[in-house]
Amino acid sequence: MMHLLSHEHPPVEVRDIRKAFGANQVLAGIDLVFRRGETTAIVGPNGAGKSTLIKCLLGLVRPDQGHVFIGGINAQQDAAARRLVGYMPQHAAFPGSMTGRDMIRLVEELRQEDRAPDLELVRRLGLGADLDKPFRQLSGGTRQKVSAVLASMFSPPVYVLDEPTAGLDPVAGAALKDHMAAERERGATTLLTSHVMADLEELADRVVFLLDGRIRFDGTIEHLRTLTGKDRLERAIATLLEGDAA
Amino acid sequence: MMTTLLTFHIKDALRSRWLFAHFALYLIITEGLLLASGTGDKTLLSLINVVLLLVPLVGLVFGTIHQYNSREFTELLLTQPVRRSVLFGSLLAGVALPLMATFALGVFLPFVWHGGVTQDQGLRLALLLGLGSVLTITSVGAAFMVSTGQTDRVRGIGTALGLWLVYAVLFDGAVLLAVTTLGHWPIEKALLGIMLANPVDLSRLILLQVFDAAAMMGYTGALFTRFFTSASGFIMAGTALLVWMLLPLWSARRRFLSQDF
Repeated sequence: MMHLLSHEHPPVEVRDIRKAFGANQVLAGIDLVFRRGETTAIVGPNGAGKSTLIKCLLGLVRPDQGHVFIGGINAQQDAAARRLVGYMPQHAAFPGSMTGRDMIRLVEELRQEDRAPDLELVRRLGLGADLDKPFRQLSGGTRQKVSAVLASMFSPPVYVLDEPTAGLDPVAGAALKDHMAAERERGATTLLTSHVMADLEELADRVVFLLDGRIRFDGTIEHLRTLTGKDRLERAIATLLEGDAA
Repeated sequence: MMTTLLTFHIKDALRSRWLFAHFALYLIITEGLLLASGTGDKTLLSLINVVLLLVPLVGLVFGTIHQYNSREFTELLLTQPVRRSVLFGSLLAGVALPLMATFALGVFLPFVWHGGVTQDQGLRLALLLGLGSVLTITSVGAAFMVSTGQTDRVRGIGTALGLWLVYAVLFDGAVLLAVTTLGHWPIEKALLGIMLANPVDLSRLILLQVFDAAAMMGYTGALFTRFFTSASGFIMAGTALLVWMLLPLWSARRRFLSQDF
């Protein structure tokens, strides 16, 4: 799938995105470029605009102004852009009567690609027989594992992960993080949000801190630590937030 | 891609117990009427009232609830390389087609094991099933229009029920009230226009004219018959019904294509 990504364009490019819901300006002019092989954590307090930004990338929210390009394809105008993206939502709402395998088949047919799931990831996540059980019989964590398998099925060049380890047991969480590290080595670009700072410290190369729909910090974790004088990411982000409040 | 999604949505709907209940409801009602009144026109006339009351109610309520229940999964599907217009079409057909099929089978099957119908009755039954199907599409379209325009589930379902109450119950009463209070004014032409504004009444008018049962029509029906005893009446009613079928679909599709999820 990586070959689908043209070298002329960055994997993900966000140009002057603005979005308001009524009087509430949620995104107030966001410009970002996400590079190949880079893992970026999008952080910020609740209501900062993280979810809206991610939804703009996925074509779920239509920006009032600006564009999102995935591999040079306008994500708002062309559904083909989403062929390049593997998305793992925070809570995957699968129909209760479907099984994981049904879902895999459906996604294969929608993408018109015959791809077996990553068996190593399936094994490490401990999914096995759960793939043949209806979702209504599965716990939230197991559904999340299926979601991870679906997101990585087509070895996409771009991953969008929304709280990827939420609900996962430590073993599955570690397996997923190892998988994402391997995908980064392969050159995949990853955007993730998480409230688990340890995950961000482990996975992210870069941090984009959003507040009131604007970028307040964009740089490496090291740079953030230096800037705030805090070793721990959680403290560093809190210091940024306090600095803004002051 | 459309076939994949449509197959998926139909399979998903067929797993629903509500759909089975929908089939059983029409089956029991038709069977009950056939046992009570035999296979004559009386049963078909009774069925008209049941169909005109239940079909829009089920289409509106089931369509609205289905849309709210599948909203998160719709979001998930939209993160795949799927065009919104294709997804909308499959969602709509995935609700309307199973509803139409269970309605038609539930009404038709009892006639089969009760010895069938005459050719004339067959045509009337076919028209009843056809108009019931048109009303299903109209009401499911209206349900989608409501659910795409209203993110609050309770308000959405309330609006759907309100629409049903207005079109299936209150409309004819309001017309009758207008006629009794404004009877001395020349309001007949205005009333004809107003009658075209209700797909349920329009279906009733068409059906009862075919059944030659003007006596059972409300005031609106009697007035319509007086003006449109010829083919022009059917054409006008048919065209209005087509508009009623397409308008909610067009509006719901337009909203769905620009909606934020």
